Amino acid sequence: MASIATNQTILVVGGGISGMTAALEAAECGKQVILVEKAPVLGGRTARLYRYFPKMCHPTCGLEINLRRLKQNRNVRLMTMTEVTAVTGSRGNYEVTLKVSPRFVNENCTACGKCGEAVTAEIPNPWNYGLDKMKAAYLPHNMAHPQRYVIDPSIVGTPEGEKAKAACPVGAVDLAMKEESVTLQVGAVIWATGWRPYDANKIQPYGYDRFPNVITSLEFERLADPQGPTGGKILRPGDGKEAKNIAFIQCAGSRDENHLRHCSRICCMASLKQTQYVREAWGDAGKSTIYYIDIRAIDRFEDFYQMVQKDATVSFVKSKVAKIVENQENGNPVLHGVDTEGYHRYATEHDLVVLAVGMEPEITGVNLPDDIILDSSNFIEGSKDMGMFGAGAAASPLDVNRSVQSATAASLHAIQIVNKTARAEA
Amino acid sequence: MTTANTNAIERYRNNFLKEVEANVEEGHMVKMCMQCGVCAGSCPLGNAWEHSPQKIFMMIRAGKRDEVLGSDSMFMCTSCYNCMVRCPRQLPITHIMHGLANYAHRLGLAPKGQPTREFATLFWNNAIKKGRVNELKLTLGHYFRGGLVSGIKEAMAMQKIGLGLFLAKRLNPMEIFGGHGVKDLKGFHAIIAKAKEIEDRKKGFSA
Repeated sequence: MASIATNQTILVVGGGISGMTAALEAAECGKQVILVEKAPVLGGRTARLYRYFPKMCHPTCGLEINLRRLKQNRNVRLMTMTEVTAVTGSRGNYEVTLKVSPRFVNENCTACGKCGEAVTAEIPNPWNYGLDKMKAAYLPHNMAHPQRYVIDPSIVGTPEGEKAKAACPVGAVDLAMKEESVTLQVGAVIWATGWRPYDANKIQPYGYDRFPNVITSLEFERLADPQGPTGGKILRPGDGKEAKNIAFIQCAGSRDENHLRHCSRICCMASLKQTQYVREAWGDAGKSTIYYIDIRAIDRFEDFYQMVQKDATVSFVKSKVAKIVENQENGNPVLHGVDTEGYHRYATEHDLVVLAVGMEPEITGVNLPDDIILDSSNFIEGSKDMGMFGAGAAASPLDVNRSVQSATAASLHAIQIVNKTARAEA
Repeated sequence: MTTANTNAIERYRNNFLKEVEANVEEGHMVKMCMQCGVCAGSCPLGNAWEHSPQKIFMMIRAGKRDEVLGSDSMFMCTSCYNCMVRCPRQLPITHIMHGLANYAHRLGLAPKGQPTREFATLFWNNAIKKGRVNELKLTLGHYFRGGLVSGIKEAMAMQKIGLGLFLAKRLNPMEIFGGHGVKDLKGFHAIIAKAKEIEDRKKGFSA
């Protein structure tokens, strides 16, 4: 196999926590890195969490550190709103085709926000998982990097678009921007394309599609976040009522041959963490109930589990809920099932149900080359020619901590590939 | 106690799970149960049972032989397959329940007077006699299972339906005298005998 690189550049696909880490680790070792992200900003799904377990700190903190590293490093070339459409060639010498979507705002933008004020059209807010709406000229979130507004394509060519253009004091709005195609040569590729929540609509007995007060764990993160649609108040979507008695259903989609075969690993810890959001919001008046098959507080997190077990506002029911029905009078979801500790049949009413949905690999806007090897759940194992690697949640269902480890490992693999090929050239 | 039962106890001693794996249809899947409880919660008749499938599987693993084989739960299954389609481990729960019912019946341990078991026995004996189900004899046999008085009462309650069936030519009163059967009755009985021989051999019931 030809292992002589004509290029020592490393391509990192995906700008979430894994992609940023992989890119920065390689760049700080002196390698040239191109970091491409399909969204207009870095941060991925991590930036949309309220707090991390186990230390309960805010993701913005880690994001800020990584952004500072990025700004200080001249080896990383960042391309947002960019997708990989094709990869040809082999290890050490890939040709990559990128599609760059128009942002309709150029680098003159100072993020003053005047275009957002001028525009009235609204679109569903993907940063809050569609729980609210945002202006069609927007800055995705406060920590957005690059700090540049985005004009949604839906208002380009309409009077709304012209309003945004007229409002801009620095001439940054460019409605004539077109989609571009770029071709690059790289030596190694790291796929850090991340994950997506399992589609809860497919879990028919839980009625996510029918009951407004059944939400996913990702949506619950947004409800708890002060930047979220409710300003950090835990109000249920059905009627805006304060949700104090909250049920968490584990393995919503995971460990199920009919849905996701694998254990998503993070959901138990995520729910244990979220019980502490309930405590933070309502104190002793809050009530969390975790319905589980078995709690998998992976790795060193057993002490976090024990801490939550001691919390009097949290109770545990060893049972996978069989079905949810809605109380027509008050909109409360009623959980039906049989518990394993005594085989008692229950029908328990809660204000809000949070489905701890599983992780599956993100495939929207991801075109993996044929050479990529996937496992039985479609996570990336690597490429046959050993020149491409999976990192973070694209490679396995991982939490942030382990994603960073995985990304660092992938980065080291990529450095080895381009170093090996560099020696072969010399 | 039947000989088959004594033999089984002797052979498997305290390992009831092994006994189920060897003798019950799809019994090898019992150990795959992870005790999540979705089958129990999904069963439309769940609250009418003594033991839910989840509980039965745990009892098998705990070696509770008498309780499992004496349970009426397996006979309460209506084969709606709700548990089976929802099981996260894709256990063939419905088939296992039927397999257990069959095994308990053959060992003579199934609860006496269990209505589903009684009707199934009546149906089987009726069907293999002539190779066809004689509906008149089957229903009459069912009505009179509890004696003459209750039989007449039940038959009287159903007489309107019986008359309707008769007028629609769906019920022939002459069937009470023997009734019609398959063309080659001797051949049919030979098939059933052979099938029984094979099943007995496979399940270790042959003498």
